[in-house]
Amino acid sequence: MASLSRSPAVPLWRDVRVLRIAAQIIFIAVVLLVGWWFADNMSRGLTRMGSKFSFDFLQSAASFALAESPIPYDTDKSYGYAFVVGALNTLRVAVVGIVLASLLGLLMGIARLSSNWLLANLARVYVEAFRNTPLLIQLLFWYLAVILKLPAVRQSIELPGSVFLNNRGLTVPWFETKDSFTTWLLTACAGLVVGIVLYELVGRRWQAERHLSQRVLWAALSVLAVASVSAIVLDPFTPTVPTLQGFNFNGGLSLSPEYVALLFGLVMYTGAFIAEIVRAGILAVPRGVNEASRALGLSYAQTLRLVTVPLALRVIIPPLTNQYLNLTKNSSLAVAIGYADLFYVSSTIFNQTGQTVQVIVLVMGAYLLMSLTISVVMNFVNARFKLIER
Amino acid sequence: MSILTETLRPPAVSIGVLGWLRKNLFSTWYNALLSVLVLWLVAIVATTLWNAITTANWNVVTVNLRLFMIGRYPLEQAWRVQVVVSMLSLLIGASWGAWRGIMRTVAVGIGALFLTLALLPFELNTRLWLAANIALIGAGFGVAYVMRARRLVTLAWLASLPLTAVLLYGVADALPTVPTDLWGGLLLTFTLAVSGIVLSFPLGVALAVGRQSSYPVMRVFCTLFIEIIRGVPLITILFMMQIMLQLFLPESISVERVVRVIIGFTIFTAAYLAEVVRGGLQSVGRGQSEAAKALALNSLQILWFIVLPQALRAVIPALVGQFISLFKDTSLVAIVGLIELTGIANAVVQQQAFLGLQREVYLFIAAIYFVCAFSMSWASRRLERTLGVGER
Repeated sequence: MASLSRSPAVPLWRDVRVLRIAAQIIFIAVVLLVGWWFADNMSRGLTRMGSKFSFDFLQSAASFALAESPIPYDTDKSYGYAFVVGALNTLRVAVVGIVLASLLGLLMGIARLSSNWLLANLARVYVEAFRNTPLLIQLLFWYLAVILKLPAVRQSIELPGSVFLNNRGLTVPWFETKDSFTTWLLTACAGLVVGIVLYELVGRRWQAERHLSQRVLWAALSVLAVASVSAIVLDPFTPTVPTLQGFNFNGGLSLSPEYVALLFGLVMYTGAFIAEIVRAGILAVPRGVNEASRALGLSYAQTLRLVTVPLALRVIIPPLTNQYLNLTKNSSLAVAIGYADLFYVSSTIFNQTGQTVQVIVLVMGAYLLMSLTISVVMNFVNARFKLIER
Repeated sequence: MSILTETLRPPAVSIGVLGWLRKNLFSTWYNALLSVLVLWLVAIVATTLWNAITTANWNVVTVNLRLFMIGRYPLEQAWRVQVVVSMLSLLIGASWGAWRGIMRTVAVGIGALFLTLALLPFELNTRLWLAANIALIGAGFGVAYVMRARRLVTLAWLASLPLTAVLLYGVADALPTVPTDLWGGLLLTFTLAVSGIVLSFPLGVALAVGRQSSYPVMRVFCTLFIEIIRGVPLITILFMMQIMLQLFLPESISVERVVRVIIGFTIFTAAYLAEVVRGGLQSVGRGQSEAAKALALNSLQILWFIVLPQALRAVIPALVGQFISLFKDTSLVAIVGLIELTGIANAVVQQQAFLGLQREVYLFIAAIYFVCAFSMSWASRRLERTLGVGER
């Protein structure tokens, strides 16, 4: 029997262990060879074009104007700085877009399951129409065929709440910060710390005594209380309402037509996908589970909060993460309507400097970093809702 | 006992129009409120759309119809596109005859499309050709129905791909070459979508298998490839292919622009497909491959005959979903300067004669994309039900 389990007579070329290692070495060799061939061609190409691989160009002046920037920007700033402006513009649309798309998706997903025939079918038509047409065309449509065709500033469409819509974008009431803003921010942070302490320490004891947790509510309330009391005392904000003066609006927050079109398009498109995810998540919770929790004496609200939503979230969160990633990546289509996002700025830099490889490496790196951050955050959220298996 | 003596009111109507309305729209007071609200919203959207469609100047579409369909493909060679469409009609008819089921709906749907188009006021030749396509669908059905030739039809579909490529691109002497730079409109959209699907599928399966492989080197390589591609926007990959591919290759090799974006689509879609296929691979029980091993199949045979068929079958809906998004994503090549459907639209809205008609143009192409994407997703749902995926 010993000779069966350990036969020394296996030649090298039929020994599975040797073959495995050999296969991997060959694979590495092929990859390296192809990679070297590409790299060699590239370095030759770069010499031919008279440029070399370095990131020095990032320090030279960018000499192109950007329509909008969350931080002060002018043409004397460097390419590197312009790149950062682009990244911030991308974040500005992605973060707001993620929040709004989640809300819209949640509403439409619930509406899709409504017993009201009209509402359910309205949601369905919305989902099918927006999911089955390319995002790029939706963006071009909103920008070229809707927003730019709106009336001029003087004939702005006024929506309730001093919101003005015209072909120069959207103007909404906003606020300005006073000197006391910093103090307020500090107190609010202190309030947050108090809330976390309450949540972690005191709340835990309550939870042990009362069986059911109210600690999220109390912690949140304490944070809110601190923030609002200090806001009343310190008065850090001045609300500004837009008013028409001459050919422009004074006060308020003005959003450019490009930003409005991009945000609206992204939210409508991603919202349709999120609606389907929410619907699938709610349908995935078996009816019996809800009935059982009602039978155990939980109220309708408790069933919803403690049973249905956590179970549905387990199904919803992974695909939702993908939609958040998609929204962030899709914001690069901004280039088609001229919003100065990361990709737009990068392609401008490329056109001016001709530094192909470096620009591509930078753009891809920046997007990878954003994707990675969203993944990490959502994985953390997912870990909290995951079914804990024995 | 008092309840018996009282006269009960008759139960609410639960049948007929009134009953339906009561049950579905006005079951409670808040439902009624909601119904009225939605009705108001629908009325606003409907009147806006109606006004937009009736006051629109659709001349911009009818005048440029050829551009929208085939772009700058030479007029005297346009018959080649017609031949390809006719060939596909014949094949769809034959598939209907060979498989029935869902292919019937597909064939009838396409036939109905041809019929509608034939009734529109095109030139006589075009209308005759459209009618001939309906006849071809019928002929294909008849032949395949009688012969019951599933294998033959499958082979014909496979053969149709290179044949289409040759017909459209041309061969040395018989057909003059039409460089892909001249392809455009819907023709280019379909070219990109079909070649992207056909090429990315094997690569995606290979990546998925590589990621599940027991060889650490392959696993790491495939995982890195998939995650990097999935982490960046498609437009950056297309951009990279457009400006960097030439840099990676020696000076002697030059790649046409259409081919460059096809490579971009292929690696992008392959990375996403790989994740879909991986889900399918994980759904196949370990016992399957162990049993196959016990029957003395080698690992390649296990993969090919046992694991992959089950894995792919389990993920058909997700695969189709991926192909639909590839189809929609073909519009992105307009940004890197190709003139497929969206690129043509961007060019048409700048024509002097039709300035300011963005609404008409984009609604028109959005409708084309919608019809294609929606019918694909509809067909996939039907196929899913026929195969009974998720019910076993």
